[in-house]
Amino acid sequence: MTTLNSKVPQGPIKDKWTTYKENVNLVNPANKRNIDIIVVGTGLAGGSAAASLAELGYNVKAFAYQDSPRRAHSIAAQGGINASKNYQNDGDSDYRLFYDTVKGGDYRSREGNVHRLAEVSGAIIDQCVAQGVPFARDYGGLLDNRSFGGVLVSRTFYAKGQTGQQLLLGCYSAMNRQIARGNIEMFNRHEMLDVVKVDGKARGIIARNLITGEIERHSAHAVVIATGGYGNVYFLSTNAMGSNATAAWKIHKKGAYFANPCFTQIHPTCIPRSGDYQSKLTLMSESLRNDGRIWVPAKIEDAKAIQEGKLKPTAIAEENRDYYLERRYPAFGNLVPRDVASRAAKERCDAGFGVNATGEAVYLDFAYAINRYGTIQAKLKGLTNASKEVITELGEAVIEEKYGNLFQMYEKIVDENPYKTPMMIYPATHYTMGGVWVDYNLMTTVPGLYCIGEANFSDHGANRLGASALMQGLADGYFVLPYTIGEYLSDDIRTGAIPTDSAEFDAAEKEIKEKLEFFINNNGTHSVDYFHKKLGLVMWNKVGMARNEKHLKEAIKEIQDIREDFWKNVKVPGDLNEMNAELEKAGRVADFLELGELFAKDALNREESCGGHFREEHVTEDGEAKRDDKNFAYVAAWEYTGKPSEAILHKEQLEFKDIELKTRSYK
Amino acid sequence: MDLTLKIWRQKGPQDKGQMVEYKVTDISEHMSFLEMMDVLNEGLVAKGEVPVAFDHDCREGICGMCSLHINGEPHGPDRGITTCQLHMRMFKDGDTIYIEPWRAKAFPVIKDLIVDRMAFERIQQAGGYISVNTSGNTQDANAIPISKHNADLSMDAAACIGCGACVASCKNSSAMLFVSAKVSQFALLPQGQIEAADRVRNMVKQMDEEGFGNCTNTGACEVECPKGISLENIARMNREYLKASM
Amino acid sequence: MSVLSSSIARKVAMALSALFLIIFLIIHLAVNLTSLFSADAFNEASHFMGTNPLIQFAMQPVLIFGVVFHFVMGFVLELRNRGARNVKYAKFNGAASSTWASRNMIISGAVILAFIVLHFIDFWIPELNTKYVLGDMSGVLPGEEGYRYFEELQHKFANPLRVGAYVVAFVLLAIHLMHGFQSAFQSMGFNNKYTGFVKAFGKFYSIVIPLGFIIVALCHHFNH
Repeated sequence: MTTLNSKVPQGPIKDKWTTYKENVNLVNPANKRNIDIIVVGTGLAGGSAAASLAELGYNVKAFAYQDSPRRAHSIAAQGGINASKNYQNDGDSDYRLFYDTVKGGDYRSREGNVHRLAEVSGAIIDQCVAQGVPFARDYGGLLDNRSFGGVLVSRTFYAKGQTGQQLLLGCYSAMNRQIARGNIEMFNRHEMLDVVKVDGKARGIIARNLITGEIERHSAHAVVIATGGYGNVYFLSTNAMGSNATAAWKIHKKGAYFANPCFTQIHPTCIPRSGDYQSKLTLMSESLRNDGRIWVPAKIEDAKAIQEGKLKPTAIAEENRDYYLERRYPAFGNLVPRDVASRAAKERCDAGFGVNATGEAVYLDFAYAINRYGTIQAKLKGLTNASKEVITELGEAVIEEKYGNLFQMYEKIVDENPYKTPMMIYPATHYTMGGVWVDYNLMTTVPGLYCIGEANFSDHGANRLGASALMQGLADGYFVLPYTIGEYLSDDIRTGAIPTDSAEFDAAEKEIKEKLEFFINNNGTHSVDYFHKKLGLVMWNKVGMARNEKHLKEAIKEIQDIREDFWKNVKVPGDLNEMNAELEKAGRVADFLELGELFAKDALNREESCGGHFREEHVTEDGEAKRDDKNFAYVAAWEYTGKPSEAILHKEQLEFKDIELKTRSYK
Repeated sequence: MDLTLKIWRQKGPQDKGQMVEYKVTDISEHMSFLEMMDVLNEGLVAKGEVPVAFDHDCREGICGMCSLHINGEPHGPDRGITTCQLHMRMFKDGDTIYIEPWRAKAFPVIKDLIVDRMAFERIQQAGGYISVNTSGNTQDANAIPISKHNADLSMDAAACIGCGACVASCKNSSAMLFVSAKVSQFALLPQGQIEAADRVRNMVKQMDEEGFGNCTNTGACEVECPKGISLENIARMNREYLKASM
Repeated sequence: MSVLSSSIARKVAMALSALFLIIFLIIHLAVNLTSLFSADAFNEASHFMGTNPLIQFAMQPVLIFGVVFHFVMGFVLELRNRGARNVKYAKFNGAASSTWASRNMIISGAVILAFIVLHFIDFWIPELNTKYVLGDMSGVLPGEEGYRYFEELQHKFANPLRVGAYVVAFVLLAIHLMHGFQSAFQSMGFNNKYTGFVKAFGKFYSIVIPLGFIIVALCHHFNH
C-alpha cells in the first residue's frame, strides 16, 4: 500500500487554483495544432471538454455510443445547477458552496478540488447564458433561482424541469460549432473497448463501430474518459439503458486506480418497480418531498391487506398511519437528505410494511398539502364555510401548478391518479460518487489518461447534494481540464503524431477481437440480461442501501459465481460485423461483473457508515450512521492486479484544514 | 394479454427488408412498450434468433433515441410521450400492432427499426449554435436581461429532443419543426441576434440538401411531437428566413 | 428560378399566389352574384371585365400566370415531397394527427384544375375566339339586342351534369381553402395572437365563397 499524491497546490485554500493557473505550463497555439486528444463520452463533462479543447486549438476526437452527443444521460437531470452567484443576496459565497459540498459529502472529499469547483461555478452560468441556454427568469428579466435540499441559500439555476437537457444542448451546440470547423472529429455510435498504453502513457483507444462492427484504432497524445457512472451495476437504476462502466473499468485494468466504488447514491423518490419485466426506474424530482408526507400503515395487517390489493390507502385512518420520517427525524421530517430518507424507507419495507404488490413501496401523500393549500385559497377568495370538495379542488389546482408535469408522468406510468390516491415511491440507484481516482489535474494514475465528470471519484465525497452533478461535469470540462491538460501536453509538443501500427495497438486489438469472438461463438444457454439481472439482485440485496459484513462476503462469493457462470453459459446471437446490441451488452455486463465485486470489497473494507455507504455494524445507539474519521478519513483507491479479489488498496489521506469535521444530524 | 406484432426486419442498409409477424403472450398492461419489446427479444434470443434492433436509451422520454412508428403513428397512439413512455394499457388483448422505423429518405434504415439521423446532426452543425468560446471572463449572466416571456418561449422551443417524430409523422417527411425549434430558441434571445440571418439561411440550406420534404402545414408534427413543440416556431423560422433573404 | 431554390421560398411563393387567387375569387363571385339580382347589372359587369384593356391585357395575364404558377408549383412540391419518403409505411394513420384536407391538397387541387380546364374549354376559349379571333368585341349576339352574357349564363346552367360537376368542384374548392387559407398565412410567417382570427375567417371564407358560387349555379339551374 502506498500513499497517493493528490498534487493539490500548496497555500491557502482560496489561492490554490489561482496560483495554479498562473504557474501552469501552457502549450502555444501553433503546437496545439499538432496535438490530438481523444474524449470518450459526450455528456456534460465530455461534451464541454471536447468543445473547449477544440476551441483552444487541439485536434479532438470525440466518441459516443449513441447516435448523437445530445443523447448522453446528462440530459435526464431535472432539477438544476448550483452556482455561488449570490444573486439572491442571501449570503452565498464560494466558501459556503465549498462548505456545503464537503459537509453534504460527509467529509470524504478533497478540499482543494471542492473549493476549485465552487470558484468556477459562477463562470459556468455566465458561459451557458452566453451560449443561449434558456434558464428560467423572473419578470425583471434576470435569472431566477430555487433552493435545493441540504443548504440554506437559493443558488440553483434551472430551465424548467429540464436543466440537464438544456445544459447538454449548450455544450452540444459548442461541439457542433467545432465539428463544423473540423476541430472535433465526432464518432457517433462508437464504443471504446480499451485504452492503449505506449511507454506507460495513454496513447490511444480501441473502439468498435457499432454500425459495422469494425474494430478501429485511434491514437492521441492524451485520452480523456468522461463516460459517467456505474449505477447500472444494479441492473435497475435511473441511468439510461446503455450507461455503462466499460471505459472506466478498462482503464482501471490498465493501471488507473478505482476509488471509493462503494459510495453510491440511492435516490428516495423513484417510481417503484411493478414487475420482473421492469427494465429501468424513473426518478421523480426530489422537490415533491416539500409538500408530500411519507407514510406506511402502522399496523402490519393493514400493510398485508394493501399488498394483496384488498385495502385502499385512503381507507386507513389517520391514527393508523406511520409517518416514519416525521417520527424519527422531527427536525427535518420529510426533508432529510437523500441517503437518510432512502434507508428509512427500506427499513419499513424490510419490516413488512411496504405498500404495493412487491412490498417495496411507501406512500408519498399530498392530501394534507392539498387541504392546506385549498384552505388558504378559500380564504384568499373570501369563501367562508367552503365545502370539503371546494377546498380539495382549490388545493389540487395549487399542487397541479407546482408539480403538474410530475403528476402526469406518474399517472402515465402507474395508471393511478396521484391527486386522489397517495403516490407510491421507492429508492433507486441514481448516481455514483465513486469512480476512477484522479489527482488535482484530473489525471488518473496512468500518465496522459484523464477522467472527468461522474466517471471520476469526484468532488462529492460519500454523498452528492442535489444540483451539484451538473456543476461538476461542466466545471471539469469547461474550466478545469483545459488548463490542467496543458501541464501534461506541454511536454509532448515534439512527439509528433502517434502511430497506430505499433505492437501495443496490435496487442490491444487482438485481445478485444478474441473476446468478442468468444461471445459470438460461445453458444451458451442464457441471455446477457439473465446474468445482469442476477448480478443486480445480489447488488441490491446485499450491497444496497444497508450493508453488513456477512452479506458483503456472501455477495463477493455470489458475484464470482455469477461471473464464472456468465463466461461459461452466456449466449450472444448475431454476428461480429454488424450492429449487434446483445454483443454490446455482453461486454458491458462482463465489466459490471468485475466491478460489482470490487464494489462489495470496498464496502467491506470501509468499516464505517458515511453518506451513501451504510454499514449496519456502525451505527449510533438510535440507529443512525456513525462515521469513523480517525480510521477512515481517506479515499480508498484500488489497484487492479488481475482479479477484483486481489485488488490492492492505496490510500489518499484526506486533510481538512478549512472545515471542521462534524456529525451530520437531522433529528 | 396476447398480441400479434408486425415488425419491419431489415438486416442492414443494403437489405430490402420486410414486415415479419411475431406473437407475444402474457404481456402485462403495466409494461412499457419497450419492455414488451424486451420480452419479445428475450424470447428470440432463447430460440437462437437475432433479436429486433431498436434505438432506446434513457427510457424516460428525454434522450430522444427511441423512435418507433407504432400503428401508423410515431411514438404510438398516446400523446405527449416518446415510445419508451408508451404503456401497454393503450392496447387490448388480441390486438395486431404494426411496428416500423421512421420513414424518410433523409433517415435511411441502418438495421430493423433503427434509422440514421445524421441529417439532424449536420443541420445543427450548419448553424445551431451561438459562436462563443469557453471563457472564464464571459460577461456576467445577469448583464443580459431577457424578458420572461421570451425566455419561456425560447425554453419551449429548446425542449426539442431531436427524436425525428416530426419527420416521421409528416406526409412530406419535412424537418421544419425540428429546424425551426433551434432557430426559434436563438431568435428569441438577444445572444442569438448577431448570427440570426446566417443561422437560418445555413440551417435551411442544409435541411434542403438532406432531402427532407417541404412543409405543407398539415400540423401533424405538432400533434405527434412528444414535447409539444408549437407550429408557431415554423412561422417564426419562415419570418426569420424572409428577413434574412431581404 | 434560383429565388425558389429553398423550400421556404417555394412555400412563400405558393402562399403569395394562393392569396392572389383568394382575392380573385371574391371579385369573380361578386360578378356572378349580380346575376341573381339583375341581368343588366351582370351584363354590364361582364362586358366591362371582358373588354376593358387593363383587365384583359394586364390583370388577365397576371391571373393566368398566378393560376399556372400555383398549379405547377403545387405539383412540383408534391413530387418532391413524395420523393422525400422513398419507402412507404405499411400502416400510416395520418388522420390521427391532421385533417384530410391538409393531407390531400393535391387531390382537391387536381379536381379544381380539372374544373378550370373545363371552364376554359367551356367559357374562356370561346370568349377569346369571339373577341380576338373573330374580332367581335360588341358583346352582342348577331341579330339580337342587348348583351349576350346573362343568356349564355342561364343556358350553361341548364345542363344538370354541368351543374353537378360545378357543385363538386366548388365543394372541393371549399376543402382546399379550409386548409389553404390559414396555411398561406403560416407559410408567410404569420402566426401570432391574430392567428385565431385568421383561422376563423379562413373557415368562414372557405365556406361562404364556394357556397356563393354554388348558389348562383343552382338558382339559375332551377329558375330557368
